[in-house]
Amino acid sequence: MNTRLKIRLGVAYDGFDLKLDLDLPGRGVTTLFGPSGSGKSTLLRCLAGLERSRTGFIKLADSVWQDEGAGIFLPTHQRPLGYVFQEPRLFNHLTVRGNLEFGFKRTPANERRLGWNQIIELLALSHLLDRKPQHLSLGEQQRVAIGRALLASPKLLLMDEPLASLDIARKREVLVFIRKLHDELDIPVVYVSHSLQEVLQITDTLVLLRDGRVIASGPITALCSELSSYLADMAGSILETTVLAHEPEFALSRLAFSGGQLYVPIQDCDVGHALRVHVLARNVSIALEKPPISTSILNIIEAKIIAISEPEAGQHSVQIKLDVGVPLLANISRKSLHTLALEPGQKVYALVKAVALAQGLVAV
Amino acid sequence: MSGIDFTPVWLTLQLASVTTVILLLLSTPLAWWLAHSRSRWAAIVEAVVALPLVLPPTVLGFYLLITLGANGFIGGPWSELTGASLVFTFTGLVIASVLYSLPFVVQPLQNAFVAIGRKPLEVACCLRASTADAFVSVILPLAKRGYITAAVLGFTHTMGEFGVVLMVGGSIPGQTQVLSIAIYEHVEVLDYKAAHVLSAGLLGFTFIVLMMVYIFNRRFPVHEH
Repeated sequence: MNTRLKIRLGVAYDGFDLKLDLDLPGRGVTTLFGPSGSGKSTLLRCLAGLERSRTGFIKLADSVWQDEGAGIFLPTHQRPLGYVFQEPRLFNHLTVRGNLEFGFKRTPANERRLGWNQIIELLALSHLLDRKPQHLSLGEQQRVAIGRALLASPKLLLMDEPLASLDIARKREVLVFIRKLHDELDIPVVYVSHSLQEVLQITDTLVLLRDGRVIASGPITALCSELSSYLADMAGSILETTVLAHEPEFALSRLAFSGGQLYVPIQDCDVGHALRVHVLARNVSIALEKPPISTSILNIIEAKIIAISEPEAGQHSVQIKLDVGVPLLANISRKSLHTLALEPGQKVYALVKAVALAQGLVAV
Repeated sequence: MSGIDFTPVWLTLQLASVTTVILLLLSTPLAWWLAHSRSRWAAIVEAVVALPLVLPPTVLGFYLLITLGANGFIGGPWSELTGASLVFTFTGLVIASVLYSLPFVVQPLQNAFVAIGRKPLEVACCLRASTADAFVSVILPLAKRGYITAAVLGFTHTMGEFGVVLMVGGSIPGQTQVLSIAIYEHVEVLDYKAAHVLSAGLLGFTFIVLMMVYIFNRRFPVHEH
């Protein structure tokens, strides 16, 4: 069955209002993406019933959580959801076990869809059970928080920048577990983030929010290259790749995607692993002819120009949309555009430095 | 130690216990509301609660005497209902003590609730706990220190009251003659020995109880949130 998550909300505070109407897939990870103050967290709080929109409507699959028109508003504890906050927010008067049991005990046995052992194992929590939360690292605490939410067998998991309080190593550690949730448990997740890098590998659907409005929503790979003007510096394209081989002597990995192959700095994952690569437009250049073998640039991809953005007054660069089997964005200077006399339909070569890809990758 | 009547001691302990229990029940919702309300009434209510801290007990006692008296706002209906008076009775003393000791219980609880914040309650509600369940299973244990401080301050402060009790309760042995008043009357008739026994007892008891609370608070620091 094609389950959907339908959300209609209107919330107004002093100097801020959120108004949106979303119809999202009821599976996979939906990421709410936008700058702070765009209404991401408020949307999540409304979904949880922690804030109430007087005109709200929220429906997950067949169950209506809120329909103000019909006088329906399920209080938070009656909504089958899990909420993971920015900070772990564990109950410090309980042990890790007590925290994990909190929602588990309150879930009727016939509604439990995730087993105790399954979650303890998935999140590697067994050695932490008898400890007090205060004595765990932040990464461990956040894993416990995720486990605690999952053990209440939610039908929807809300995650509000769950990596924000973590350093890079811990981020990666927790991201690995979130990826596992995605692969092993069939629970739809609504994830809030302001970092595209962070959510690149786990997101299926992207919702771009700005000033309390939805700018765009859709599958992340298709959407990303349409959003240049909102992503500014981070404008680029997302390529779905598979790891073909590692070349440890050069610290490189070779990836295959629908338009060819790509060298990137070596990735810590197995051959055959699926990997999304975010290629920033500012890291892609264009050549008219295939550069000679003597170039230092590793990634040379045949491409066709689809579109050239209208240069804005005062801007030195323009954006070019290429077709390399999938869309690929390139930022080049107006001067180069002029010199090379580029036109839509023209066949060119896209050049991407392998090292330039480093910042575009978060392997999980 | 024959000759010294210990009835006032038991009466005082009884009064302090009943008052503390009522105060804890009453102050919990009040302190929670004060801690989290954004209403402008909150400041006014806060000021009213704090009044007994600074008012002369005689002022409070005077108005209580009028309110609880046979023609008073509360005393009138009460005597019509029960046929009994509130002033110069144990019940009247309990009402007076509750008002008099209110800030000593409300304020520690309010501080505890402010320190805890709303977040633990929200987390619990997202884990299928109703608000009442969340309050009992999360907020109460987190506010344990606040409750102990509140209970001890409420209890000891009620034990030590004098002015309000004198105005509202008078000094009826076995009914309203509490410790502080018994001491005063012993001194008035120059029975220093009896005054010493009762005073030293009260001093020692209060000191030990307070010390235990402070030792407890040092040993079990507040939960970090």
